[in-house]
Amino acid sequence: MLKKTPLHGAHIDLGAKTGEFAGYDMPLYYTEGVIKEHEGVRSSAGVFDVSHMGQVIVEGPGVALFWESLTPSSFQAKKNGRAQYTVLTNERGGIIDDLIVTRMTEDKFFAVINAGRKDVDIAWIKKNLPAHLRFIYLEDRALIALQGPKAETVMKDVLKADLSALPYMHMIETHTPAGADIFISRVGYTGEDGFEISVPDHCAVDLWSALLAHPAVKPVGLAARDSLRLEMGYALYGHDIDETTSPVEADIAWVMGKEASGYPGQARIRTDLQNGPARRRVGVKLLEKGVAREGAEMRDESDRKIGILTSGGFSPSLKESIGQGYVEAGMSAPGTKIFVNVRGRNIAAEIQKMPFIPAKTKSMKRPEAA
Amino acid sequence: MALKYTNDHECIHVEGDVAWVGITKYAQEALGDLVYVELPEIGKKAEKGKSVAVVESVKTAAEVYSPVDGEVIAANDAMPGDLELISKPVTQGGWIAKIRMSNPAQLSGLMDEGDYQSFLKSLD
Repeated sequence: MLKKTPLHGAHIDLGAKTGEFAGYDMPLYYTEGVIKEHEGVRSSAGVFDVSHMGQVIVEGPGVALFWESLTPSSFQAKKNGRAQYTVLTNERGGIIDDLIVTRMTEDKFFAVINAGRKDVDIAWIKKNLPAHLRFIYLEDRALIALQGPKAETVMKDVLKADLSALPYMHMIETHTPAGADIFISRVGYTGEDGFEISVPDHCAVDLWSALLAHPAVKPVGLAARDSLRLEMGYALYGHDIDETTSPVEADIAWVMGKEASGYPGQARIRTDLQNGPARRRVGVKLLEKGVAREGAEMRDESDRKIGILTSGGFSPSLKESIGQGYVEAGMSAPGTKIFVNVRGRNIAAEIQKMPFIPAKTKSMKRPEAA
Repeated sequence: MALKYTNDHECIHVEGDVAWVGITKYAQEALGDLVYVELPEIGKKAEKGKSVAVVESVKTAAEVYSPVDGEVIAANDAMPGDLELISKPVTQGGWIAKIRMSNPAQLSGLMDEGDYQSFLKSLD
């Protein structure tokens, strides 16, 4: 029996085509189709139900140190309200999950974890949790993402929240006009400006409906969520990153804090950093017609296998096929000509820098006082 | 001759010993936004039930299965550049491949319009 988010009925009412994702029956797309949804987010605003993701709190004195013991990122110096993209690493330096961790107050951190990794992450956090800290799984909260260039305007119109001064990767706690307590984070998975709103389950349908009632907003399913993130080169857990990939191989070494030490798998990750990894996650663009998807082999000009595509599809913005995957480090330079083998046919392709299109997220700095 | 259908949602028009193969409206709607069609090479041997072309949508890649044995004698070269064609009737530009049948008796195993409509209802 598939699980349902509090918005499941709303998706059905909107005519969503649903499918299984991480044990949930989730909307894949609505009536207009994937490309229209994708374009709507790039040009206006789209609303996504991401309530399947896990929301947790860890709190207690010195909790910043606890996060530094589980991730290669720095948290002690983070200001209240600051969010950080990071990874939970295992003893082999692989990635247990990627997540966004936000300092709500000095001793209280909020984290959003992948739906398919909730059980693993929660067990891992609890296993490592010192006795003086408290772990809370916020099972009774939904998560709604609003993404697109008009997101800030929509938030102002619908929630009466002026978020113009909220920088990227920052959160505020506030209330809806109806009085629901919400956390608004200026984060996202699309490369557009936008927000993720954590809302109590029983207020989720009202918030979803209010956002959708705005003329700039349309509902967006998981299919367009995937094509949007693919254009940005964001990794999808279980596909582009997993327990075997180090953050250096995955090309997300930037999550590492300068002073980070003592986290699981540190030795392997430092070795990867110093010596360079054997393989590296890269962007790939097809130079000929066709679509290459996850699992397709990448080959060099002598038809030797150099790697595997871990994600791939059609980019509605570029009208070209793009993907990402791991190749031997020697083949990872942008501009390197390769082939992607699709059903026995070698399609000419090129290693590309990611993102494939420029991100439009806001600055992480607070605006200067006038 | 009236159109024939497979339970994989191919649609077939027959002229003499040549089968024109396309996909049904139901298949197109299930696939959603199309992005590419991979055509067969002329002269390729077609086998009943085996892939003869691939239709790629944003979501997935779908094989188009040959409804008969034979040989591919034409592929719709205009289609990859104009994916709207696939929504046209098979006889009006919506065909993907034309197959010269080696065993036209295989046609009798296909559904006619009425059978196919009943089959679609059974899928709901």
